[in-house]
Amino acid sequence: MEAVANNQLVSIEKPEIVAPPNWEPVIIGILCNWCSYAGSDLTGTSRIQYPPNIRIIRVPCSSRVDPWFLIKSLQTTADGVLVSGCHPGDCHYITGNYFARRRFLVTKKLLSFVGFHEDRVQFSWVSAAEGPKFAKVVAKVTEDIKKLGPLHLYKKENFDK
Amino acid sequence: MARVGVFVCFCGANIADFVDVNQVVEEVKRIKEVKFATNYKYMCSDPGQQQIRDAIIQYRLTSVVVAACSPRMHEKTFRKALFDAGMNPYLLEIANIREHSSWVHQKDKKAATEKAIDLVRMAVAKSIANEQLHEISVPVTKRALVIGGGIAGIQAALDIADARIPVVLVEKSPSIGGKMAQLDETFPTLDCSQCILTPKMVDVASHPYIELIPYAEVLELEGFVGNYKAKIKKKASYVNFKTCTGCGACWQKCPVKVPNEYNMGIDKRKAIYTPFPQAVPNKPVIDAEHCNMLTKGKCGICAKVCEKGSIDYKMQDEIIEREIGAVVVATGYSLWDPKPYEEYGVGRFKDIITSLEFERMVSANGPTGGVPIRPSDGQVPKNVVFIKCIGSRDEAKGIEYCSKICCMYTTKHTILLHHKVPGSHSYVFYMDIRAAGKGYEEFVKKAQVDTAATYLRGRVSKIYKKGDKLIVRGEDAQIGQVVEVVADLVVLATAVIPNKDNPDLARLLGVSYDKYGYMSEAHPKLRPVETAKAGIFLAGCTQAPKDIPDTVAQASACAAKVCGLFSGDTMKKDPMISSVNNEFCSGCQNCVKVCPYGAIVTEEIPMSRGSKEMRTVAKINEGVCQGCGSCVAVCRSMAISLAGFSDPQIINEIVSI
Repeated sequence: MEAVANNQLVSIEKPEIVAPPNWEPVIIGILCNWCSYAGSDLTGTSRIQYPPNIRIIRVPCSSRVDPWFLIKSLQTTADGVLVSGCHPGDCHYITGNYFARRRFLVTKKLLSFVGFHEDRVQFSWVSAAEGPKFAKVVAKVTEDIKKLGPLHLYKKENFDK
Repeated sequence: MARVGVFVCFCGANIADFVDVNQVVEEVKRIKEVKFATNYKYMCSDPGQQQIRDAIIQYRLTSVVVAACSPRMHEKTFRKALFDAGMNPYLLEIANIREHSSWVHQKDKKAATEKAIDLVRMAVAKSIANEQLHEISVPVTKRALVIGGGIAGIQAALDIADARIPVVLVEKSPSIGGKMAQLDETFPTLDCSQCILTPKMVDVASHPYIELIPYAEVLELEGFVGNYKAKIKKKASYVNFKTCTGCGACWQKCPVKVPNEYNMGIDKRKAIYTPFPQAVPNKPVIDAEHCNMLTKGKCGICAKVCEKGSIDYKMQDEIIEREIGAVVVATGYSLWDPKPYEEYGVGRFKDIITSLEFERMVSANGPTGGVPIRPSDGQVPKNVVFIKCIGSRDEAKGIEYCSKICCMYTTKHTILLHHKVPGSHSYVFYMDIRAAGKGYEEFVKKAQVDTAATYLRGRVSKIYKKGDKLIVRGEDAQIGQVVEVVADLVVLATAVIPNKDNPDLARLLGVSYDKYGYMSEAHPKLRPVETAKAGIFLAGCTQAPKDIPDTVAQASACAAKVCGLFSGDTMKKDPMISSVNNEFCSGCQNCVKVCPYGAIVTEEIPMSRGSKEMRTVAKINEGVCQGCGSCVAVCRSMAISLAGFSDPQIINEIVSI
């Protein structure tokens, strides 16, 4: 089989699908317990406001995040996924976030190969002290996903029809 | 069939003002597994917890969801409520509707309520997949290893041993005492350092619970909290400590002279030596690098003069092993080499010395009998210039941080100079005077009055020679002018830096270290003596520069932590760790590679029951596993599961939104 350039495949998602009025995306945030989850708690304690689209799932470490979780999220309930861990070098489990970073890059390539827009899944480093940063990250991800519109590709209900 | 109870908290007005808690309850009741749902003003209060306990019994709940604040806040509280009602505490899930909803979506009650409902729904779905977990008991070896025999190590060892816990104290050099043994007097009280330190050193040597291993290094540490095994290399001393009486005949007759490290190379020691007269243990060692007998095979004088026959030129390094439960790292610090300060003529002018060299000279047991001299001509200096922050707070040439102790010891040096050399005068070039500490500011103020030293705020730009004097040119920023001081002697307060082998030791122990090489504490404020690795603690300058009172306090804190760890025969450990299902394990060992703790090993099991053919599977050491879940994500046969964050739990959360 001839190799196909990546950019030819990325266009499977159809941006022309018009979002229904008042449509709000669902974003799943998978956060590590020690940095990003604590950071998101700090956003709350500091009363910093951000868009309400994100649903947060707590995991011990970003290295716990199986690519399966991302695929399952996009396939079932989510329009986008944010994975967030400790800053490089700060991992509570010494090296976990390095594994997470490498695995995430590969997963992202796979997802864009099968046709998802690259902004559907995003990765960030948020420390336990970065409450304002977490709010900014969520606002940006939400905005990106809103621009992309509802995710129809590979959604289970579409296969059922 | 799962029977879930949901308890929604108002948190006073914190949640109820921004989330419609009644609507949350109504929506959640529609989930078919939810058998009971209610809300209450303060779920964490005793009446709130009582509602949970009652409902568990009345509705025969199989799991509980509390929708309230962050699990990082009250997870323990609610787990205990479950436990009190006779339920496994790990059947609890918390929906964080305060930090993640009511506090961050205060302008949109509808959206905040919708989100809260989703979060509760996710928690309910997760809780259905929760399993009963039980705390793990790990046996504890009640013996502590203290690495480093300076004041930090001495204090930690004595405090632990006084609690009747055996201690193994390993010191790299031939004697304990560390840097403090090199000091003359200590700020801010001008106590004689030796007078307060040497009794403690003797206590260490004579303590029935302390095993002192001098002239040794830790080579390996394996195992986990409560169950470490340390491999220690005892370097060959070529002297049998059991028979040696420390009489000193050997080092008096030894013909080889070597620069004396204890006195910063100002005088010489012999090739067979004790580092200083009050050394503990007071037994000599042979410096194999310089001994004629060991290098050239000629001499043997020490063996001839030793009446006890304690000299053994054929002694070899010895490896010993000790089983221990906890480690205190107290390896101290080094001093920065001021060579990059070329404009000061460091290395070219003999009369520029470091503070520790000055300290040795003014010490009563020092190489010059307590009087400072100029290394160039042996004259007693009258005008001495002290320059602070050499390497400290200097991003260009040295390090960024403040070394913390230099302001105080330089003040002390001006006093010592004033006492020991009548008619002398001190000039101090400084950036700031940092005298935060009990009695410190008073000490500086008093010294400035008593010694009438000239304090010049500014950096020195150049030092050059004129005749036999040194001219120190610098800026006095307070008058905004360049000043020149004629000096007999210049003393550089060099920065405190971590030992060169600190990162190696940190890697060996499995603890993290910062960009400078200091070992990292678990939390900068709330866990200052623990490392991220359970059972390993930090005392003294291994962690960051600090003075003697702080070091002693930290060492005692380490001892308290060690005693706490050893207070029971077994230790309780969080059960949220990984486990392997042998049925599925293919033995690929990907998990072994990613485990940051080396907690996964392989074992051989029969192919089937009774079969003689064996296959390899992964095995997780419960004591070592910290529950990060790296192994779960790389396991391609899905044989590993992480309790508390298993695949079914997380997938349930994802699909339930």
